[in-house]
Amino acid sequence: MSDQTTSTSAPKIPAQPGPRSVLLEVDDVTLRFGGVVALDKINFQIYEGEILGLIGPNGAGKTTSFNVMTGVYKPTSGAVRFRGQKVTGRKPHQISQLGISRTFQNIRLFPEMTALENVMVGTDSRHKTSVPGALFRLPRRKPKPHELPQVTAASGIVRNWQQVRRTFAKTFGLSRHILEERAAEAKALELLRFVGIADRANDEARNLPYGYQRRLEIARALATEPKLICLDEPAAGFNPAEKEELLTLIRNIRDMGLTVLLIEHDMRLVMGVTDRIVVLEFGRKIAEGAPAEVSRDPRVIAAYLGEPADDAA
Amino acid sequence: MHFDELIGHLGQHTVDGLSKGAIYALIALGYTLVYGVLRLINFAHSEVFMVGTFAVLILWTQLGVQNNPPVGQAILFLVLGLVVAAVASGGTALALERIAYRPLRRKNAPPLIFLITAIGLSLVFVELFGQVLPKLLGTVLPEAFGRPRQIVGMPTIIQQETLFTIGNTAITNIQLIVFVAAVAMMALLDWFINRTRYGRGVRAVAQNPETAALMGVNQERVIMLIFVLGGIMAGAAALLWSMRFGFTQNSIGFVLGLKAFTAAVLGGIGNLRGALLGGLFLGVVEVYGATLFASNWEDVIAFVVLIVVLMFRPTGLLGESLGRARA
Amino acid sequence: MIDKIRSADRRRVGILTSVGDRWRALPKWQKAIGVVALLVFLYHLPYLGKLPGGLMIPGLNNLRTDSIEGGNNWAGVLFVCAIYVLVAIGLNVVVGLAGLLDLGYIGFFAIGAYSVALFGSVNSPVVKWIQQEFNLPPTWAVTWGICLLLAIVLTMISGVLLGWPTLRLRGDYLAIVTLGFGEIIRIVARNATGVTNGPVGISAIPGPEGPPSADNKVFGLIDAKPWYWLAITFVLLMVVLVRRLEHSRVGRAWLAVREDEDAAAVMGVYPFKFKLWAFAMGAALGGLSGFLFGSRNAFIDPTQFNANLSILFVAMVVVGGSGNMIGVSLGAVLLAYLPERFRDFADYRWLVFGLAMVLVMILRPQGLIPSRRRARELKDRAAEAEEAPAHV
Repeated sequence: MSDQTTSTSAPKIPAQPGPRSVLLEVDDVTLRFGGVVALDKINFQIYEGEILGLIGPNGAGKTTSFNVMTGVYKPTSGAVRFRGQKVTGRKPHQISQLGISRTFQNIRLFPEMTALENVMVGTDSRHKTSVPGALFRLPRRKPKPHELPQVTAASGIVRNWQQVRRTFAKTFGLSRHILEERAAEAKALELLRFVGIADRANDEARNLPYGYQRRLEIARALATEPKLICLDEPAAGFNPAEKEELLTLIRNIRDMGLTVLLIEHDMRLVMGVTDRIVVLEFGRKIAEGAPAEVSRDPRVIAAYLGEPADDAA
Repeated sequence: MHFDELIGHLGQHTVDGLSKGAIYALIALGYTLVYGVLRLINFAHSEVFMVGTFAVLILWTQLGVQNNPPVGQAILFLVLGLVVAAVASGGTALALERIAYRPLRRKNAPPLIFLITAIGLSLVFVELFGQVLPKLLGTVLPEAFGRPRQIVGMPTIIQQETLFTIGNTAITNIQLIVFVAAVAMMALLDWFINRTRYGRGVRAVAQNPETAALMGVNQERVIMLIFVLGGIMAGAAALLWSMRFGFTQNSIGFVLGLKAFTAAVLGGIGNLRGALLGGLFLGVVEVYGATLFASNWEDVIAFVVLIVVLMFRPTGLLGESLGRARA
Repeated sequence: MIDKIRSADRRRVGILTSVGDRWRALPKWQKAIGVVALLVFLYHLPYLGKLPGGLMIPGLNNLRTDSIEGGNNWAGVLFVCAIYVLVAIGLNVVVGLAGLLDLGYIGFFAIGAYSVALFGSVNSPVVKWIQQEFNLPPTWAVTWGICLLLAIVLTMISGVLLGWPTLRLRGDYLAIVTLGFGEIIRIVARNATGVTNGPVGISAIPGPEGPPSADNKVFGLIDAKPWYWLAITFVLLMVVLVRRLEHSRVGRAWLAVREDEDAAAVMGVYPFKFKLWAFAMGAALGGLSGFLFGSRNAFIDPTQFNANLSILFVAMVVVGGSGNMIGVSLGAVLLAYLPERFRDFADYRWLVFGLAMVLVMILRPQGLIPSRRRARELKDRAAEAEEAPAHV
């Protein structure tokens, strides 16, 4: 199976002018742990704006290659490039700055923080305020009219106080800290709505139901403003209705202009939503192509879809 | 800087360092055993050693041991001391495990909670022996608990004398006993962990608790075992300390414990032979350093060694592995 | 027995939580009144239980440490409490917010105290050396205000120097290394006699009015009230500053790193940077408290900075409730005040602190005050969000 098969059979991508550009390139990546070869010369590309599925039986190296792409492991040889820049060797936070974000197979939220705060940690990655800025509320800038404190009270001491604050903000400006906090909160709330869990924004993450936690992870990953979002088995433990909602959510994410890499066990989900699929087995790539093609590939069927395959429908 | 002194008497300083390091190594075993299995720093282990020295002190004073007893008696006192110190230290270590660590383990507490608990326990023991026992037993055991927080001397069991000299290096009988006894204890422990059924259980749990449990290893018993073993080694160290230095105090454990921990990390925490190597190495480095600079910088040297090792080779000289101790 | 304690504890926590919730629900102006009342109370504390004209209020008066036989000067005890609260707030940044166990906090405290001693006292070898080098009069020394800046800067630098190599270590290793650091500072202070006067110590450490003398009108040796007011002012200032950090991107990053460092890194937080900041901020606060301590004491020597105090500091934080400023302050006040008020208890205080640490860790690892964390909450907008459709 050649790498080119996709160009003929990827109709789901919104019409894009010109040739599709490669967003992330996995170039001949080999990873060894001691004597064990976890990944053996893996090659594939992720194109901008697509939903790519990465599948394979247990132990095929899905999560491992995922970890190489997000900088958790350093490959023994080969490289991962993101928009032409090397990902390999960068620290996780730098990779996040590049525009790659991810969720975790076993949910890893910040349990003691509220849902809103969890997402705000993500939005913070695009902000600048550090210790001096937070301590001394510097630097300040002149606020735009809608950013000024509003005078809402009709009369009395409250109104006076609001007026003082407004005048103060007009004269001395607003600090970057305040503006960024507001932006972070607004953005976080928007994302919570986007994934559909805004009603529990103030609950600590550990108190959220399982499905909410999964979606909160997605919201948090989106908050870092990624170009590529990698979802590691986001449907694990979901019932069919929840899976259906997740599908819609993944499509919505793509429609926002993001590229999605999806690792998934559930074949129906992968077939239903992805534009292309890469299949791994024992650390090797055994197939790549459109879902319909891949599901017909005898090697894939032998390796993975061997069981009574009502999924392919 | 006293280079001439160091170079001129290099052999002597090495011997001094080795005999000092042997005691560190014995205490270090306690940290290493517990860390190897539970991944937790038993900060209170230094107090396990301290209790051992007090056990020896009480035994000897209650037996009415005089300075420089005849050889036969001296051996008897040492053997009795070893038994009593091992029982006291082993019991203390076991008590720590049962009272403090087990409830935390049940709750799956994070490592820092264990560490803070251990620090609290350490404080409790130091105060117990420095403040409470003197109040309670001051009249019953005045030799041990006469005044709060006192330094108490012990009878000299063996008079220090030079056994033989090689070049300008004199080796004393005490140095030889300490070194040989410490290495022998460690060899015994090494044999126990590597060659016996119980030891196999310990290694199994250290390598992979879940699999070990599936294979029918009783994890709780293994944990009790390692605490007791570490305690016994600390008891042996307590006896050797008492014999060599002849004093104790309630706060004796703190610095010694830190050094033993350094030794354990230096050799590769979780690695039994590493503890020996780390202890001896630290002892020698300390004596060299104290000679080079001045003896009051000795403690700083140990801490600097600790920081440097952790920075550049956190797995220690031999690497961490209780499970693969045979390799 | 333990079950009984547990259920009583749950009731207590329930009450505290509801008090906290009620406080948060109060309108802003009522909160303002509450804060003003608290300020009045704090600044009035040295006169606790005393009425003008030498009258005593029996119940309150008994709380004072000078109401018992041989008790210490009440304002002096308050000053120590304030210093410890400052320490607890600083250590809380490191332990409670960033989740790094620092067992060498006394090192920063000592550096702060030695900063004012070495640069501010005419008896210090450093000042003497500077006098000689630059032909300054023998009464010359660095003024108090500049020493304050020096103390903060030097402790921050030492915090960074300690943190830079060690913050990559696992948490429990870090704890032991910091313990070693605290000891190194003390031993250096003891051994480097040419710089620190060694065990002899340094006297004549200045206060805000200059070197200690009987002529000082406000910050004298006898009356501790002004010192307390000075310390409590610093405490309040620092509370405001640390709250600013807590409620900012920095505070969120600290919490995220504490909860799950790897996940935080993937979300774009650089854990090392924020841990280093936590170390530096904690160090600065420790330095500030050491500075005030040295300044008030007018004399310091190395024995005042032994490792036990580091453990005491950690005890204040974890017993009170790490991560929670009210909790750690309460812990600090309890641990400083109880031994002073109950002298019989003083001999056993270390024992009790040790036991308290063990019990709190086993029964209530969050500490005494429930850490109903100052979570950032949406107020009116949350209601609005509920009305919004689940999917956009």
